[in-house]
Amino acid sequence: MSERTFHDVWVSGTEEPEWLLEATDEGAQKMQPEEPEERLLEQEGARVVDDYVVEEESPEDELMIINMGPQHPSTHGVLRLQLELEGEIIRRSKPIIGYLHTGMEKTGEQLTFMQGPTNVTRMDYLAPMHNELAFSLAVEQLLEIEIPPRAQAIRILMTELNRVSSHLVFLATAGMDIGALSMMLYGFRERESILAFFEKTTGLRMNHNYIRPGGVAADLPDGWEDDVEGIVEKVNRGVLDYEDLLKQNPIWLERTQGVGVVTAEESLAYGITGPNLRASGVNWDLRKAQPYSGIDQYEFDVPVGQHGDVYDRYRIRVQEILQSLRIVRQVADRMPKGDYRTEDRKVSPPPRARIDQSMEALIHHFKIYTGGVKVPEGEVYVAIESPRGELGAYLVSDGGTHPWRMHMRTPSFCNLQALPVAMADSLVADTVATISSLDPVLGDVDR
Amino acid sequence: MSEMHPLLGSIVEQFDGVQWGLSSGQNVLFVPKALWRDVAQACKDAGFESLVDETAVDYLGKRDVRFEVVANLLSLRHNLRVRLRAQVPEDDTTVASLVPVYPGANFYEREVWDMFGITFEGHPDMTRILMPDDWEGHPLRKDYQVGTVPVQFKSSPEAR
Repeated sequence: MSERTFHDVWVSGTEEPEWLLEATDEGAQKMQPEEPEERLLEQEGARVVDDYVVEEESPEDELMIINMGPQHPSTHGVLRLQLELEGEIIRRSKPIIGYLHTGMEKTGEQLTFMQGPTNVTRMDYLAPMHNELAFSLAVEQLLEIEIPPRAQAIRILMTELNRVSSHLVFLATAGMDIGALSMMLYGFRERESILAFFEKTTGLRMNHNYIRPGGVAADLPDGWEDDVEGIVEKVNRGVLDYEDLLKQNPIWLERTQGVGVVTAEESLAYGITGPNLRASGVNWDLRKAQPYSGIDQYEFDVPVGQHGDVYDRYRIRVQEILQSLRIVRQVADRMPKGDYRTEDRKVSPPPRARIDQSMEALIHHFKIYTGGVKVPEGEVYVAIESPRGELGAYLVSDGGTHPWRMHMRTPSFCNLQALPVAMADSLVADTVATISSLDPVLGDVDR
Repeated sequence: MSEMHPLLGSIVEQFDGVQWGLSSGQNVLFVPKALWRDVAQACKDAGFESLVDETAVDYLGKRDVRFEVVANLLSLRHNLRVRLRAQVPEDDTTVASLVPVYPGANFYEREVWDMFGITFEGHPDMTRILMPDDWEGHPLRKDYQVGTVPVQFKSSPEAR
């Protein structure tokens, strides 16, 4: 057996490793050293090590079609896969989706722009804040309104915390899928502290409807600094545990390295974005390239992988947790004072107390909650970096209070297309590892 | 940004009838339906490596031409986005598929067919993707009303 070492992803801001210097436009992809021929043959079943004798092959038993899902526990929801097997090897596969389709884009046309976040937050249920942010940014760009600095900082704080909680679920479920059950318990343990903070701030653990066009729904609660500091410390400490558990664990390395490889060219051709793209060696992060909500004022680095395999995708997520915590800490240190939503009364409702004193406030309140906010005619596409990749909102307004068309470009939908590529000619046993490493959320896929 | 990026300029020059414009400050290329795939190919050659999104809009009662297909392209090298828009009349809802250019268009075009009934010529697998296979109608069309469709249940073929 050849020497297998664990490698780490490169984090920008540190010294560039040799493999990255040889990077081309397509990325810095490098293939895993292949296993020795004999071992591969053994794995595929072509070379037999015991006394079992292969009898004459007949064409009938060459190919077998297996349905996996839609209720398989490791498909992360209701995803169905059709696998065409030749022995132990997957020759072709086809993901079949739509089991969780609830027509949210159609529903979005029935809701006003102000009600929209309630709807979109339910798409990617592991990253609700990002959905709300993408939708709100699109509406704000059509309205051409300015968002106060405090609202922007709160948005970054919440989305980055949400990224951490989403990646923790990734680590938890990926660990569970591959057999590291304790990882599942640890991941959910740390995530709980973030959800508790979300509940304290927004009233709900998930589906917050917290980030709305014009700002955020409410200011941060008293004592939020201590909560955030506690979360940062707790998760940082937790990550050390995960590193002990997985980073050099021989079983983990064996199950993940060189498995489910997607090259940089394939990633770009299939429109893969986010951590899965960076794992293939492409240094592309929308937070750096096309910054939103003032995220460019905070210091953070972008982890970039090398091999595009399951192991790199896992490493990227671990590093991104640390980078997001860096951002969170900076936001908490520099949180500006001021309004948490715009004072433009055509967009955001007045405080409840003002309604008793001012006729104007009453009118604005009434107009916003009965009719809605009129958004100028136009169409816009706004994209942000969600934990799964580029999350875009395409909005068409006809000048009324409801979107004429609301389309969300959800990253999981696109990333799932690459599953057949990642799984082609791999072993059945690696299917589960590959699915969980692409991190699809079926609510995000089917909408 | 009110001037055309030279990269887009070179694409507009190549084709007759392709126009550049800004929509909410974002680059848009208005493409005749017949040139849909050729323009996408030219964009890919010019450095737009990735198709991030493809969808459609139904402008029933708003415009003379009912549908519009929209494709969002991204160039990582130039950090540039462009949106291709082509109008599709109701009586000829067939557009050239972008799958030969960008394989990632596969799911998106299936979704557009499913939701709007716009067919893509040259697509390898033009089937429904989100709705059940036996569904009737295309839900995101504007004349497809909400709440008027009885819920479809399949009866059990025989008593168990």
